[in-house]
Amino acid sequence: MPDREQVLSNVRSALGRRVGQPAPDPPPSRIVVPQWSREERIRRFSNNFRGETFVAPSADEARDFVAEKIDGYETIASKDEFLCDLGLVNLPDVRVNVDDPHELRVLCATAGAGLTGATYAIADPGALAVLASNEEERLISLLPPRHVAVLPARRVLTSLDELFAVLPDPALESSSLVLIGGPSRTGDIEMSLTLGVHGPREVYVVIV
Amino acid sequence: MSTAFQQEIHIALGDLKLQKTITAATDRFSEKRLDVVAPNVLPEYQELRDQAHHIKQHTLDHLDYYLETVEARVQSRGGHVVWCADAEAAVNAVIAIARKHDAKLAVKSKSMVSEEIHLNDALEKNGIEPVETDLGEYIQQLARERPYHIVAPALHKTRGDVADLFVEKLGVERNEEPEELTQVARRVLRRKFLDADMGISGANFVVAESGAVVLVENEGNIRMTTSAPRIHVAVAGIEKLIPRAADLAVFLKLLGRSGSGQPITSYTSFLSGPRRDGEINGPDEFYLLLVDNGRTRVLADKEKRQTLYCIRCGACSNVCPVYRRIGGHSYPGAYSGPIGAILTPQFAGLGHEPALPFASSLCGACGEVCPVKIDIPRMLLALRRDVKKGEARENRWLPEKLAFRGWSWVMRRPWVFEWAGFSAQAFLSGQDGHSWIRTGPALLAPWTATRDFPPLAPRSFRELWRARQSSSGWIPTDAARKQKKNA
Repeated sequence: MPDREQVLSNVRSALGRRVGQPAPDPPPSRIVVPQWSREERIRRFSNNFRGETFVAPSADEARDFVAEKIDGYETIASKDEFLCDLGLVNLPDVRVNVDDPHELRVLCATAGAGLTGATYAIADPGALAVLASNEEERLISLLPPRHVAVLPARRVLTSLDELFAVLPDPALESSSLVLIGGPSRTGDIEMSLTLGVHGPREVYVVIV
Repeated sequence: MSTAFQQEIHIALGDLKLQKTITAATDRFSEKRLDVVAPNVLPEYQELRDQAHHIKQHTLDHLDYYLETVEARVQSRGGHVVWCADAEAAVNAVIAIARKHDAKLAVKSKSMVSEEIHLNDALEKNGIEPVETDLGEYIQQLARERPYHIVAPALHKTRGDVADLFVEKLGVERNEEPEELTQVARRVLRRKFLDADMGISGANFVVAESGAVVLVENEGNIRMTTSAPRIHVAVAGIEKLIPRAADLAVFLKLLGRSGSGQPITSYTSFLSGPRRDGEINGPDEFYLLLVDNGRTRVLADKEKRQTLYCIRCGACSNVCPVYRRIGGHSYPGAYSGPIGAILTPQFAGLGHEPALPFASSLCGACGEVCPVKIDIPRMLLALRRDVKKGEARENRWLPEKLAFRGWSWVMRRPWVFEWAGFSAQAFLSGQDGHSWIRTGPALLAPWTATRDFPPLAPRSFRELWRARQSSSGWIPTDAARKQKKNA
């Protein structure tokens, strides 16, 4: 018997179920969305996120902060609309619109900083949610040792519950959703915290 | 007890440096966990555990439905599903995929099921180089050892051990700083990530409705493994399914907290198939391996089915007084700690590892910390019962059977019990009534070989009780009845 039929028939006989028998609805999902004001969400995000958060009152201040963080580094930026709107991709030493996969990989591997947007920020627990797309490439937030993410304040959500309320099935949007809780880290040698294992050592989030 | 198991235990117990390292690491894990599940920090913690238990229960009770759902969803997005009845089928599937795509170098992220099926050995034998990319797992691979702990594979190694290993295997200059050691691994592995043809991952969860695998980590090696190479193979046990993405709102809150004391880990990837049109990087091909390898046998056992709810957080090992003494390598099989003690004998068949369910003090700590509320202590007892039933059928270990029958006879007759205590007292005071009893006589010798018995008190509890009652005037029922009778 092929493995598929063997496994399925073992499962069915273990459970006493018939071929094609439907399942009742799963237990209702436990989605509890807190009512927090925008200020409260931003405050909690800044507290909980394990990277550095900068709340920029204006586009100019956001640009100054980003310029300072990537100053002196070769930077690769995503084509995120918000980054373009703020003019961040026009900062010196910023490469954008690289569509050749091989070239993009090489650039990501050699760049000193990666500049991206973020689909959402989540206040509790502090994390970014990033859907991969043509505009938001998987490797830009991963390979360079420094990651700067910029997003508008309206995209700061309260909680994981709210994330799955607004994005009930991330697979409909993209092949990849990644939640980023802070810098790449490990405690694998004597539980001693070390940053920047394979991903970035420094992560900055700019909320505009 | 299997001799190999016993030998490993003796080695671990005799190694003081190892004892210190395990205690320090597991204590730290437990403290961090307590900090983030405390009622003032996470008031809904108990409610989340109940919910997680119910979701797993529902999914496993209707597993055929969810398996077929996930298969259809993965295929609809251009991914492939490979069903594997046993370990052999699973390793052969990975080898076949590698051959088909002419892959010679495979980067791997941490996966317990790949340990269970001995994937790396099989790949090496077939000319495919597997490279572990989780730092702890990389250390273990260089040392050619299996993982010591479900979430911290190199928990037993000191910085000195790792420094020596890197000098020997990588030819770098000796440096004991974890920071520097980590950078060495980063440099070596970065090259491998970019050169690899294939990335092999496990799966913390498989979301049926989405046809997605969910992977939780801190280092970024899983994101690399699943994003850089042109082929991604995810190996998952069939018990990893959950119905919907929204269920992650429950499980993600529990997994990071229970595993490493983090409200959320650095990276959580939700991956649904190969790169889509327009996406620039990401794998061209995606394979999901659904591995049985003994799981349907556990599924058929209604009493112990909940063993399959495990989300591999390792919290039970950290609090287990047995794991903390004997360490991860004493446990046979891929899974260590209390969960290993109930998983391994069920996956392998009880006859293979009958000693494991007895490697527990039944203190209950494992059940208390389990984020999905698996009643591990009850599973241990049930397995012990099954082992003993098997032995009884084969009429093995007759002396033990007789001893317990005798014990039960004595316990039901107070006067015999008292007489036995009295004569034991007399017998022992004839020797040296004050020191611990290290070796018992005759039939008791095998039992006392691993146990010491405290000296008997000069007066028995019953004697003390009687003396106390006659002086205080308060009469317990037993004595009252006697008095009435005498009067």
